[in-house]
Amino acid sequence: MNDRFNAAARREAGTGIIDLVGVLDGDSAAALTEAYAAAAPEADRILLNFEPMTFMNSSGIALVVELLARARVEGRAVHAAGLSDHYRHIFEITRLSDFMTIHGDMASAVA
Amino acid sequence: MTTWTQTLRRRITRRAPDDAADPQPDSGQLGDAEAVAVEIDPNDPILTYFQSAPGPVELDTLELDSTAVRDLRAAGVALVVPLISSGELIGTLNLGPRLSEQGYSTDDRRLLDSLAAQAAPALRVAQLVREQEAEARERQKMEQELQVAQLIQQHFLPTTLPQPPGWSIEAHYRPARAVGGDFYDVVERPDGRIAFAIGDVTDKGVPAAMVMAATRSLLRSAGREELGPGGVLAQVNDLLHGDIPSRMFVTCLYGILDPRSGALRFANAGHNLPFLQTDDGADELRATGMPLGLMPGMNYVEVEHTMAPGQLLLLHSDGVTEAHAPDRAMFGTPRLHDVVAGGSNERGGMLGRVLSELERFTGIGWEQEDDITLMSLRWEGEPAASIAAERTFPSRRGIEREALAWVAEAVSGTALEPARAENLKTAVAEAVMNAVEHGNGGDETLPVEVRVERRADELVVAITDRGGGRTIPITETPDLEAKLRGDQTPRGWGLFLIQSLVDAVRESSDESRHTVELVLRTDGGDNR
Repeated sequence: MNDRFNAAARREAGTGIIDLVGVLDGDSAAALTEAYAAAAPEADRILLNFEPMTFMNSSGIALVVELLARARVEGRAVHAAGLSDHYRHIFEITRLSDFMTIHGDMASAVA
Repeated sequence: MTTWTQTLRRRITRRAPDDAADPQPDSGQLGDAEAVAVEIDPNDPILTYFQSAPGPVELDTLELDSTAVRDLRAAGVALVVPLISSGELIGTLNLGPRLSEQGYSTDDRRLLDSLAAQAAPALRVAQLVREQEAEARERQKMEQELQVAQLIQQHFLPTTLPQPPGWSIEAHYRPARAVGGDFYDVVERPDGRIAFAIGDVTDKGVPAAMVMAATRSLLRSAGREELGPGGVLAQVNDLLHGDIPSRMFVTCLYGILDPRSGALRFANAGHNLPFLQTDDGADELRATGMPLGLMPGMNYVEVEHTMAPGQLLLLHSDGVTEAHAPDRAMFGTPRLHDVVAGGSNERGGMLGRVLSELERFTGIGWEQEDDITLMSLRWEGEPAASIAAERTFPSRRGIEREALAWVAEAVSGTALEPARAENLKTAVAEAVMNAVEHGNGGDETLPVEVRVERRADELVVAITDRGGGRTIPITETPDLEAKLRGDQTPRGWGLFLIQSLVDAVRESSDESRHTVELVLRTDGGDNR
């Protein structure tokens, strides 16, 4: 159960990609902030890759909300890819999906 | 053998002194005839004598110590011609003295003898015809009575029974051919409680049916007043007394059940005791009192009992316990006790079980002796929770993931749809997080207990922390726009997720503990 979170930032064309790996919860705040800082410059859209994410709780959702708020202030679009059916359902009931573009998987998100 | 009554028509001949020699009676003057009944006791020796007599019997010379002979003589009978058919004495031809005042001659006797030989079979045929006609009339009368009694009885039995949520109330009534006067009733009161009655009127047929109808109406009427079961029976007893035929009375058990709490209160007027099916068998619930209609001013003790979920109350009439096997053995109360204790948890199972045991006992072709009435009240909403699994977790940060993995394992055998299982896992994780952070204040020494229970149509995960006296706030849907604008904290999703992902959330707390129950309905809930 100790799959600690780590967030890796990379860039493809104008997209800053953040790979969310492991458990996204309250302990992930620092790593996520750091990854955003690395991915955001010169990117007009941020793509969150949920494929390697194993678990997310309400604190993790709060971090996503925080990131989304910041990106909106900075005029960056936020996309998400690789959500499992369950988390996609959670993005729907929380209405996060109304404020970000959801892709089925990474391949279609970067195409 | 019936009492012999002979009606003799004796001629009184008023003789004027001048026509004393006229031997002819005046056939037109029937008013002269006087009927005299002579009763012959079935044990009178004269009957045996007539039966074996070779011909007409002269009473004057008969030496027999017989009341009948004396009576016949007194009635003016001189000669008796026995009428024998198939060796059986079926009547007599009684003759007074000859009007010529001479004795009966040998020719007379021969003539009478041959007359008797021809008259007897004819008389027998006539008797048989009359008997059969009378029997047919009696049968028809009984058949009509039976129909009337059945009609009355059926009219006064409920066609549908109230079914309070979580309860199954069922009844079975099977009339005996002669209709024995059983009745039952179940009524939902305006306060939501259920009043029920089962009773038996002594006697059968139309009179019993009438009393049954009256009793049921009086019970219903008394049940509308603010009376307990004892008060209802006392009132009905006073009203019935004096109105019902003597030697007739009514046994009745009357109860009031609160289906929400299982609180049961009943009183008994001499009826068969009810059985309560429990986890480890069956208990006879005792309450005694005089049957209704025998004596006024009776008191009926009320007995209280609290039924638990999963329990069943069985009421019955004596047509069940007093049913006989071909060898005359009686079904009996102990046998009924065993059937109830043996239990049947299927819906409607108990009545079917009792009836099939009864059928097995009485054998095929059993002529039912009395009405059979059965009623069952079963609380099936929350049958005793069968705890599937229970585990205690320390109040450690991140422990919710261990808890959800354990819950996932615990519910893996419940055939929960994968999506619903995922929803449940997330809800469990959130509830455990709340328990750790808010309930136990992050104190690692305090436990979080997680219990998975399978109930009738629910899967429940209960999470208990040591934050007694706490209640979870009413959850509003978080305002995402406000959060994105920075007007609200981005946090605050936990309770919303819990409530969105399961079918129901229940919470309870005492001084030291707080429990949240996450409920998924297994009969198809909203959160698919």
